[in-house]
Amino acid sequence: MRELITRVLNAINSSSATYGDIRVTEIQRESLDLKNGLTEKSARFTTFGFGVRVIVNGAWGFAASSKLTAFEIDRIIKEAIDVAQASATVMKEEVKLAEVKPVKTRYTAPYKKNPFDVPIEDKQKLLAECCTTMLAEKDIKIAEAFYSGHLKRTIFASSEGAFIEQEIIECGGGIAATAIKDSEIQVRSYPNSFRGNFATCGYEFLEEMDLPGNAARVASEAAQLLVAPDCPQGRKTIILDGGQLALQVHESIGHPTELDRVLGMEASYAGTSFLTIDDIDHLQYGSEIVNVVADATVPRGLGTFAYDDEGVSAQKVYLIKDGVFRGFQSSRETAVKLNLPSSGGMRAESWAYIPLVRMTNINLLPGKWELDDLIADTDDGLFMATDRSWSIDDKRINFKFGPEIAYEIKNGKLGRIFKNPSYTGITTEFWKSCDAICSEKHWMMWGTPNCGKGQPGQVAHVGHGTAPARFRNVEVQGI
Amino acid sequence: MLGEKRFKDLARKLMKYSDADQKEVVFMVENSNLTRFANNTIHQNVSVDNWHIIFRAVYGKRIGVVRTNVYSEESFKKIAQDAKDLALIQAENPDFKSLPEKREIPQVESFDDKIASLTAKDRASFVKEIIATGEKAGCVCAGFFSDSVDEMYVANSLDVKAYASSTSFASNMTIAKNEGSGYNFSYGWKLEGFDPAALAKAATKRCLDSQNPVECEPGVYTVVMEPEAVGGLLEFLAYLGFGAKPYQEQRSFSSGKIGSKIMHPSVSIWDDGLDPRGLPFPFDFEGMPKQKVMLVEEGVLRNVVYDSLTAGKEGKQSTGHALPADSSFGPFPLQLFMKEGDSRLEEMVASTEKGIYISRFHYTNVVEPISATITGMTRDGTFLIKNGSVTKPIKNMRFTQSLLEAFSNVENISRKTDVSEYMGGSLVNPAVKLNHFTFTGKSK
Repeated sequence: MRELITRVLNAINSSSATYGDIRVTEIQRESLDLKNGLTEKSARFTTFGFGVRVIVNGAWGFAASSKLTAFEIDRIIKEAIDVAQASATVMKEEVKLAEVKPVKTRYTAPYKKNPFDVPIEDKQKLLAECCTTMLAEKDIKIAEAFYSGHLKRTIFASSEGAFIEQEIIECGGGIAATAIKDSEIQVRSYPNSFRGNFATCGYEFLEEMDLPGNAARVASEAAQLLVAPDCPQGRKTIILDGGQLALQVHESIGHPTELDRVLGMEASYAGTSFLTIDDIDHLQYGSEIVNVVADATVPRGLGTFAYDDEGVSAQKVYLIKDGVFRGFQSSRETAVKLNLPSSGGMRAESWAYIPLVRMTNINLLPGKWELDDLIADTDDGLFMATDRSWSIDDKRINFKFGPEIAYEIKNGKLGRIFKNPSYTGITTEFWKSCDAICSEKHWMMWGTPNCGKGQPGQVAHVGHGTAPARFRNVEVQGI
Repeated sequence: MLGEKRFKDLARKLMKYSDADQKEVVFMVENSNLTRFANNTIHQNVSVDNWHIIFRAVYGKRIGVVRTNVYSEESFKKIAQDAKDLALIQAENPDFKSLPEKREIPQVESFDDKIASLTAKDRASFVKEIIATGEKAGCVCAGFFSDSVDEMYVANSLDVKAYASSTSFASNMTIAKNEGSGYNFSYGWKLEGFDPAALAKAATKRCLDSQNPVECEPGVYTVVMEPEAVGGLLEFLAYLGFGAKPYQEQRSFSSGKIGSKIMHPSVSIWDDGLDPRGLPFPFDFEGMPKQKVMLVEEGVLRNVVYDSLTAGKEGKQSTGHALPADSSFGPFPLQLFMKEGDSRLEEMVASTEKGIYISRFHYTNVVEPISATITGMTRDGTFLIKNGSVTKPIKNMRFTQSLLEAFSNVENISRKTDVSEYMGGSLVNPAVKLNHFTFTGKSK
């Protein structure tokens, strides 16, 4: 392997490229999906290959192949150079990169139990038990339980002298109960919707979730939602649970603070951002208690690593401090435009994709409140949990989210449940209405394994640390 | 290009390592290229060669699936063993009847030599034309041009053998200036007729017409939607209810509704993998021939699409809509068509006293599946219609709307259709005028 990588670097260094890098990536994934006790999917996935980026004549080229042989390396380097030369024919200014000290190192993300070593029968049994428990509830027509284990090995080497090997294991899963009656359909999920929760961690993460211990509750809540009244509408005080808040942070802080979006580089697909470079240190993004960081160093975060896919070290940067917008997530190419170093946010789904500015772990830092006290402090409001539906505009301003469930809060007490809640708002108005955030005791990391971006589209695994928080005067709607 | 013979040999080698009762192998080889631009510059430019091997092993009624891109004798042994291990730990699935048996595969033209011979320089020159057109008007252009050459081979132990090669290209552009923007696209399996400058000219005009948008209050409006916007709604109908799985699981607007009127009689929607107006392809991921399936006929729900598993549950035959074996989504219509009408867009506008003109939608998502209610934002050119004319551009609006209600309120359908990319397949559909569409919010 080293010989082949050296071949790539030698070829780059003796070509017309002013910069080049190679990423060799191997990904293994194991997935088990059960529905009503039957196996819907029992699958293993592997992908292996290499991708070469070069800057030639001031422009980028990238070529990738699944065959790591000397012949293919030579062909791919030529292809990458040809592509870069073509890019250079439609160029306004040459690509510049912020400096980074090239590093030679190796990193393995910590874990206790390798999920690939845990017998698949054990996983099957665990998930089947969950399905049986959920189906015991009369109105549950669909009981789902899922698990996924993920291993990514990457070697990154650059013409600047970096050589970084990383091995990261991820694990996660969840359960969902769907109640159906008289054309009414309601879902409850645990620990989070859309396939559960994930972390850079071993199989112990799935065991800690105690999926079987939560299955009966999840099923019961889904059934209760069938006969619950519709969520009342109007301007209300809402408390969002950590899972719902994770998606809120993702869509209304994570994406708009990606510098490539701000610079127009994603305009043709996901859009741009309402933020401008001049907003740094000026824009009041949220209330004074809102502090948000991009932190690739958080233990177990799904967006945690040692070095990004440009060889920049993992770091923690403030995006919002005391409610004021402080900075962007960036890459070497975008950060240099602000005369800043990269924030270490360049990540690629696999060898077959170029890295893009992606979230790492975008965390709303904890506040001071105990959740019980926060509810007791709320005269009239709604506690909403677990996202079911989400949508936001192309500048990340107008959003609408639909949680699975809402609980009435009256005179400081949690009361009856409501179905079909949704809330909508304008990003900065919403975050400025945040008047309480729960403490570290209630703070946890949530993993989103399916964040899409780019053309061709690729997926990133990102994390969000949140604790429940309260927001005032939010427009609550129904379906 | 590897060719059918090479795939046959590889399939035989792989299946030899498996002692499964039934076996299926899918090979896919791709060369895909994408030249992306923003700020009137090519900023990302990629070329990728990859393999996919998907192996499905059936032991009794237990199924294991392995997908990899590593092919060698060693990897074939591992694939076979892993699939066996994954299968044997399961309970038997009583719904599984059998992998499908051999059926005749139709011939369909889906390969264009012009696309196959495109180079990085060619892609850059298309992009140059787009940018030159937008830049002349002081606009900033973003978008991409992509092309792909693909081969697919499916074989199973019941003598299914299917091979096809195909090409595709796609080009989209968002042309912006200040607060206004315009969008255009082109998509297909052959390059003939692709005119980047003309596309850019139209998008630029839309951008310039969108300058200084004003706010518009949410409410129920008559809307005139261009094909791209209509396509954005149709893809959610497909996702929510045109496949057999959500239908059978009673979690869809289509559940229990076959034979019922669910839309306006002017609406007909079908899937046809062989129609050259879309992105034709002769067979699905089980090697079954694609059948034309009438989904909605004159407003009445007629059918959903099936793969062999869902078809077996109802004693039917697969309609040729299986997705890859490692997907648990179920069968899906990948070449959708909506019937054209007899109107022109200009007539639809002229007949509207008060309404909103929509170019496309953004970030649309499901709110409630039984009513097929979705929400999303408008984007890249939204205008007020007053007294039969398009007047002011408006800031983007949020809609929340049941698709069944929307398509029950069709007033006009255009004669002209457009083709767009969706889910890796194609959508061919007209523009429509709806006399009831609900906007629930607005952007700033």
